[in-house]
Amino acid sequence: MEENTILEKVALNSAVVKFVIYKPLIARAARAGQFVILRGREGGERVPVTLVDWDAQKGTITVIIQAIGKSTAMFNSLQQGEKFLNVAGPLGTPVEIKQYGTVAVVGGGVGIAEVYPIARALKEAGNKVIAVLGARTKELLILEREMTALCDQTVCATDDGSHGMKGMVTDAIQQLHDGGEKINAGFIIGPIPMMKFTSRLMDKLGMEPFSSLNPIMLDGTGMCGCCRVTVEGKVRFACVEGPMFPSKTIDFDELIRRTSEYKPQERQSLENYQKDHVCKCGLH
Amino acid sequence: MPNPSAPRQNGKQLDPVVRKHNFEEVAQIFTKEEALAEANRCLHCKNARCQANCPVGVQIPEFIALLKDDKVGEAASKIMETSLLPAICGRVCPQEKHCEGNCILKEKFGSVNIGMLERYTADTARKEGLLKTPVCAKPTGKKVACIGSGPSSLAAAAELARAGHQVTVFEALHAFGGVLRYGIPSFRLPREVIDHEIETVKSMGVTFRTDVLIGATEKIADLLKEFDAVYVGSGAGLPTLTGIPGENAVGVYSANEFLTRVNLMQAYKFPETDTPIHIGKRVAVLGGGNSAMDAARCAMRLGPDSVTVAYRRSAAEMPARAAEVLHAQEEGVQFEYLVTPKEVLADETGHVCGLKCTRNELGAPDEKGRRRPVEIPGSEFVLPVDTIIVAIGQKPNPIIAKTTPELKTTERGVLALDEEGKTSMPGVYAGGDIIRGGATVLLAMKDGIEAAKRINQYLQGK
Repeated sequence: MEENTILEKVALNSAVVKFVIYKPLIARAARAGQFVILRGREGGERVPVTLVDWDAQKGTITVIIQAIGKSTAMFNSLQQGEKFLNVAGPLGTPVEIKQYGTVAVVGGGVGIAEVYPIARALKEAGNKVIAVLGARTKELLILEREMTALCDQTVCATDDGSHGMKGMVTDAIQQLHDGGEKINAGFIIGPIPMMKFTSRLMDKLGMEPFSSLNPIMLDGTGMCGCCRVTVEGKVRFACVEGPMFPSKTIDFDELIRRTSEYKPQERQSLENYQKDHVCKCGLH
Repeated sequence: MPNPSAPRQNGKQLDPVVRKHNFEEVAQIFTKEEALAEANRCLHCKNARCQANCPVGVQIPEFIALLKDDKVGEAASKIMETSLLPAICGRVCPQEKHCEGNCILKEKFGSVNIGMLERYTADTARKEGLLKTPVCAKPTGKKVACIGSGPSSLAAAAELARAGHQVTVFEALHAFGGVLRYGIPSFRLPREVIDHEIETVKSMGVTFRTDVLIGATEKIADLLKEFDAVYVGSGAGLPTLTGIPGENAVGVYSANEFLTRVNLMQAYKFPETDTPIHIGKRVAVLGGGNSAMDAARCAMRLGPDSVTVAYRRSAAEMPARAAEVLHAQEEGVQFEYLVTPKEVLADETGHVCGLKCTRNELGAPDEKGRRRPVEIPGSEFVLPVDTIIVAIGQKPNPIIAKTTPELKTTERGVLALDEEGKTSMPGVYAGGDIIRGGATVLLAMKDGIEAAKRINQYLQGK
């Protein structure tokens, strides 16, 4: 078996794909909260993707990718049996897994997949784990079954009310709190505004929030400093010191600005790709 | 008869007006006539000072003598007896500090252009198929791992292979060469030259692996289960930032990020390649070393209105090679000397819109003998720039030290070596920027070659 081969590909919804990839060294070393860097082609970007699962015995790692730009769209067009060009990792500092008491794992959209290994590790460490899963609509709410099987309690919230409660994850957390649930800490992964407001609420309610940050990265090994974020007033490199940080004092607005730097180029790249793709596959 | 008083050949360079729009190599290879004329200036001194001052001990008078007889292949083999990466050395070595700086002709007629002759030899031998794969000793059955694929590790790997060991090079990124690939731009070191030199090392039986970050993918302790010795040449992959307010504004790059985008990821070809880069209209580069020159010259090639290097001392103290400064100036890079950055100013979208600075005068010399910059009170002014590249140095990447508690480090964060050049972990050797902090390609290679000798001794006793 060649390294980087895709052993399994499953579409979780119209934009989100799960890949099981053969990569024994990473499968052996991976810990919850770490990520890998993927490249799909010569000339391709280095794209950081959270490790969702790994199996040291089988030598496999699992990632779940949402197609949002050219590179991720291209990744998601890869088929079972094909290979990623590069898979490097595991990168980043693993999440500190210990006895926190009761913890909420809060996932938004594809962030649900990313918070899954953390939920599992926290559960194994003896915590009471409550999953709070949010998405715009029912179709985008992934891994509910797995989370329900794993966690002590699972609460879903959708913006349009098509599944679970109508509202945001913050509403769900407020409701848990109002219902008398004493939550000690929260691990939050999702869109930046969601992490910002969830952190703020948790802090207000006396819970210790942690968020996994997704700044732009290049090498992912601490070499370039592109991923710098401000935590507790200090500059930190998310790729090696994170990506998970205590999030009471993260400068989320700075993170939003810094992740928007290449929006026009990203749009142009995706448009070019979609145009080419239509021509090549002949289906449109 | 040698003719030392003949004019020094400097070779031709691409026209600055043309080259500032492309990434083609600036310095053109010697023609055969230029090479012969320059070789003929060499006096072939006994106890040659050039050779004595070469970090990797290239047999300079001998290789130049072979060139005179037009024996290019043999000249290349002569260089490769001590240095297996001549096409790289010929281009990026600061010869003015080493061989050429010590040439007996320097004062009277100008040094022999040894760098260009080395490059001519390497390139011509390659092009004409005269390069011989270096002969390796009988297999020793010993295995050595080299961490990183930059100049230090490459040099160590080649020498270890030559000694008959089975060598594997582990690279964290997707392409080999380390700083040669992500740091040094192609207009100074074409990508195919790096590829060729790596091919040479591969042809000696060395295995190369991408995507393995030692410390993360595997620990050094894991390697020692499979390998008899380990060489750590992981380099200085950690940027130094200024720490001034506003440095996280959009449009502030570390030199590492900027150069990696341009050189490793080839962002200047976007959207043909997928990694973007954003260059504004007015660029400031902070710093005065070779990375600052590389960043400024790369920035110029991306087509802004202006590129300004801001350095806190004066031209005389600038650590960059004089030739690089000259090339930058020819390409239109401007220089603001005696300037200290104080604050990055950002607009309402968080993007850089200026750099608040103060002016300096030179005070008393520091411990290195360079005069210290002293701020002139009330001299504050704003450089109107929209892109800033911070090129004020690098530190060793901490991943290996952090994940290998057995390895001792100094207070500067570099790996500590004993007087025999060993780390605190048995069987583990180190060299290049991981022990120096931030030095040159040539010193990194020298460390690699010397460590290879120590590793040989160590393995003989094992």
